[in-house]
Amino acid sequence: MPAVTMKVNGVSRSAEVEGRTLLVDFLREKLALTGTHVGCDTSQCGACVVHVNGQSVKSCTCLAVDADGAEVTTIEGLANGADLHPMQEAFREHHGLQCGFCTPGMVMSAIDLVNNNPDPGEADVRQWLDGNFCRCTGYHNIVKSVLAGASAMGGGS
Amino acid sequence: MSDNGSNGTGFIGASLKRKEDARFLTGRGRYTDDINLPGQLYAHLLRSTVAHASLGSVDTSAAKAAPGVHAVFTGADMEHVGGVPTGWLIHSKDGSPMVEPKHPAMAVGKVRHVGEIVAIVVAETRDQAREAAALIDVDYQDLPAVASLEAARADGAPKVWDEADGNLCYDWEVGDRAAAEAAIDGAAHVVSIDVVNQRLVPNAIEPRAAIGNFDPTTDEYTLYTTSQNPHLIRLLLGAFVLGLPEHKLRIVAPDVGGGFGSKIPHYAEEAILTWTAGQLCRPVKWTSDRSEAFVSDTQGRDHLSTATLGLDQDGRFVGLKVSTKANLGAYLSTFATCVPTYLYGILFAGPYTTPAIYVEVEGVFTNTVPVDALRGAGRPEATYLLERLVDKAAAATGIDRVDIRRRNFIREFPYQTPVALQYDQGDYDATLDLALSAADWDGFEARRSEAGSRGKLRGIGISTFIEACGIAPSAVVGSLGARAGLYEVGSVRVHPTGSVSVFTGTHSHGQGHETTFAQIVAETLGVDFEAVDVVHGDTNAIPFGMGTYGSRSLAVGGTAIYNAVQKVIAKGRKIAAHLLEASEEDIEFADGNFTVAGTDRSKSIGEVALTAYVPHNYPEGLEPGLEETAFYDPLNFTFPAGTHIAEVEVDPETGVVELVSVTGADDVGRIINPMIVNGQLHGGLAHGIGQALLEHCEYDAEGQLVTGSYMNYTMPRAGDLPNFNINHNTTHCTHNPLGVKGVGEVGSIGVPPAVINAVVDALSPLGVTHIEMPATSERVWQAIQAAQAQD
Ligand code: FES
Ligand code: FES
Repeated sequence: MPAVTMKVNGVSRSAEVEGRTLLVDFLREKLALTGTHVGCDTSQCGACVVHVNGQSVKSCTCLAVDADGAEVTTIEGLANGADLHPMQEAFREHHGLQCGFCTPGMVMSAIDLVNNNPDPGEADVRQWLDGNFCRCTGYHNIVKSVLAGASAMGGGS
Repeated sequence: MSDNGSNGTGFIGASLKRKEDARFLTGRGRYTDDINLPGQLYAHLLRSTVAHASLGSVDTSAAKAAPGVHAVFTGADMEHVGGVPTGWLIHSKDGSPMVEPKHPAMAVGKVRHVGEIVAIVVAETRDQAREAAALIDVDYQDLPAVASLEAARADGAPKVWDEADGNLCYDWEVGDRAAAEAAIDGAAHVVSIDVVNQRLVPNAIEPRAAIGNFDPTTDEYTLYTTSQNPHLIRLLLGAFVLGLPEHKLRIVAPDVGGGFGSKIPHYAEEAILTWTAGQLCRPVKWTSDRSEAFVSDTQGRDHLSTATLGLDQDGRFVGLKVSTKANLGAYLSTFATCVPTYLYGILFAGPYTTPAIYVEVEGVFTNTVPVDALRGAGRPEATYLLERLVDKAAAATGIDRVDIRRRNFIREFPYQTPVALQYDQGDYDATLDLALSAADWDGFEARRSEAGSRGKLRGIGISTFIEACGIAPSAVVGSLGARAGLYEVGSVRVHPTGSVSVFTGTHSHGQGHETTFAQIVAETLGVDFEAVDVVHGDTNAIPFGMGTYGSRSLAVGGTAIYNAVQKVIAKGRKIAAHLLEASEEDIEFADGNFTVAGTDRSKSIGEVALTAYVPHNYPEGLEPGLEETAFYDPLNFTFPAGTHIAEVEVDPETGVVELVSVTGADDVGRIINPMIVNGQLHGGLAHGIGQALLEHCEYDAEGQLVTGSYMNYTMPRAGDLPNFNINHNTTHCTHNPLGVKGVGEVGSIGVPPAVINAVVDALSPLGVTHIEMPATSERVWQAIQAAQAQD
């Protein structure tokens, strides 16, 4: 079995994996980072979104071996101790989550949006989140949260 | 204390941030699949690939010999255990009980829908289990299938169950047939409508999962499961399927990623995993794939209906008759039988004074995945039919759509409907007025012509509706066939240093109970919000409970907690009176302090709690400790009501419907946390809009699911929805102390007819009078073409 090494949330982690092991299974099962979720098997729901080398990636659609040598950030790696990342804080403030299952993917995806577009409008947010499903919130408060998170991250308005 | 049970500390009614969010936002939620037990094995469930077949041999020998495999079991191995039960016995018109075939946990003799469980394979890893399952050789001897209501009720249709002639489970009725028919016969205007309420897939984003465990040293079984109601699962699994006593069966429903009804039922998987763990004396885990969820989670809706409404000269409704066929699927799931009857037929008065109503419902077996509750459960189906019919009546009589609703509103309460319910309170004019002004109804024609100048067809639609939440009381539902009580349990434990643990039999899977219930306790007990923790989801931690569904948690579960707090206060009063050397009657309780009336002598709840646990100076004969439990069985349903208005623009070239705005004016009773309540409304609206415009679960004639993944089942995405314009007008429920009603299902009940009424309004200049849900671009385009061809 191939061994992979990657920096996950700032810490170097190595493990042997099968060639077919998905990044999400590596994170959840080998590293016990269960904040990254699996909601589908067709790469659509976005519950599994993490950052690989700073870009949002659906970790159900990426092999662990393909992330060998990469820097990976999961939802567990965002907060600084008790201080939430501004995007996490915005979701809390604006009730952008209910059951919490889509939330890690939403937050990771939203941060990547802001990294790409520091001052997104409502339509940008709704379009960007096309690959993130939420069954609970009707997206209303997610959109509000992402817009607030974008300003808190230092974006325009 | 004010009339709402508040002590005035301001927790009730405040948009406090949720206690549960910190863990969810940092990836520390603990969902079932996040749990791993020492020595855990993994299960794969082999599921039927055909909709109807006799089961010949099931050869598991190769699978048993595959690497890592510990065991393979089939229906034959579990045949001796009980069937998966149904929670409600329905009687037909002639008084006969419904046809209730045994539902074996794994298929025995026949398979009856794609996705039915044929075998369980248990192995060291998930992949090994899945690969071994592929080695099982199943001899399916195909039988003709019935996959739709029409096919199942056709003359000479193949039978899903030998004992169910015409595939009929029951033929139920409510109301007075003769009165309704006579009223319609004598009516000045008569309008009829045929509608389909399409099948939906609930699609909570967390797939179901379960871990069975057995401890041979204590003979105790534990099941971790994605459930909305752990105690109900313990009851059904223990008493009906495996024959285990409650004290040897623990059910844990940890964080659950959405339910929407699909995590109410007791599923065969829960029985299989628990039983298998017992066989192997090892923990066994199963996690559903999404593809598996599409053929194994219960589905929702699926009605065919025809209805006739009679009106007098002035547009007053005089009689209503509804005939519905409801698809129950192949097996009777937990609430399958009551959803299209007691949660549907009894809603047909809506907010209107229709004096004569008759509803008949055929419950029909088909070779499809079982149907059960889905957000709203029965009430969206009734509301959709009624509100489409009312719009048709407006068109037929030439009376304005708003006016015809207003002419028929109930204004005197309590109001006894002709279909069993008695509404305690409401103000339907107020929510209507609020919605009309919030949506700028009067300015619509200007918007229509502006859209017309851009080549778009703009339409506006309205629905005025009621819902019935917190189904109750136990004695009544029992007399109607319910096999469980519908009360709720709350326990309040004040600890020696004044912090509080609250135990509830309801379950939170997104609703924010940990926050809302803490607000109630903090306010009524006068303690700090941070000092209150709410515990749910573990049958070993909580005395008892019935769970969360039907928007019951606050009205029933919240009241149980409130009542437990009152018991704590009553005991605290005795202790305080003793400490203050006053008589109990002279002690007043407010803001967390017991005070001798008219003095400044008082003891705080914290001091009283400490005394209760260190009872050195203590009333004689009083038990130490400060912990109380209340069972609350409501006197009646609660009746939220409201008006929803949708505005759409249709592109006549492509049929694409753009949902421009959605306005709700809702009366959900007293609001504990407005932020959470609005979130619940948003989610319900999105679900209802999904039904109106996007979602459709379809089977082909052979019973194969055509829409079996997110590739072809359209989930509402952020870009499909507008922001929602939410407004409140509150009346209080009269029969619970908090005056609360319920909110979780409102959107999915009220909004679908508003959206379809808007689409029909947009298309009405072309002569279109009806369109079925979901109003996809293709359907709308076809309707436009058909209307134009008629010109
Ligand atoms: S799990 Fe659904 S997109 Fe990755
Ligand atoms: S919060 Fe439950 S799926 Fe988004």
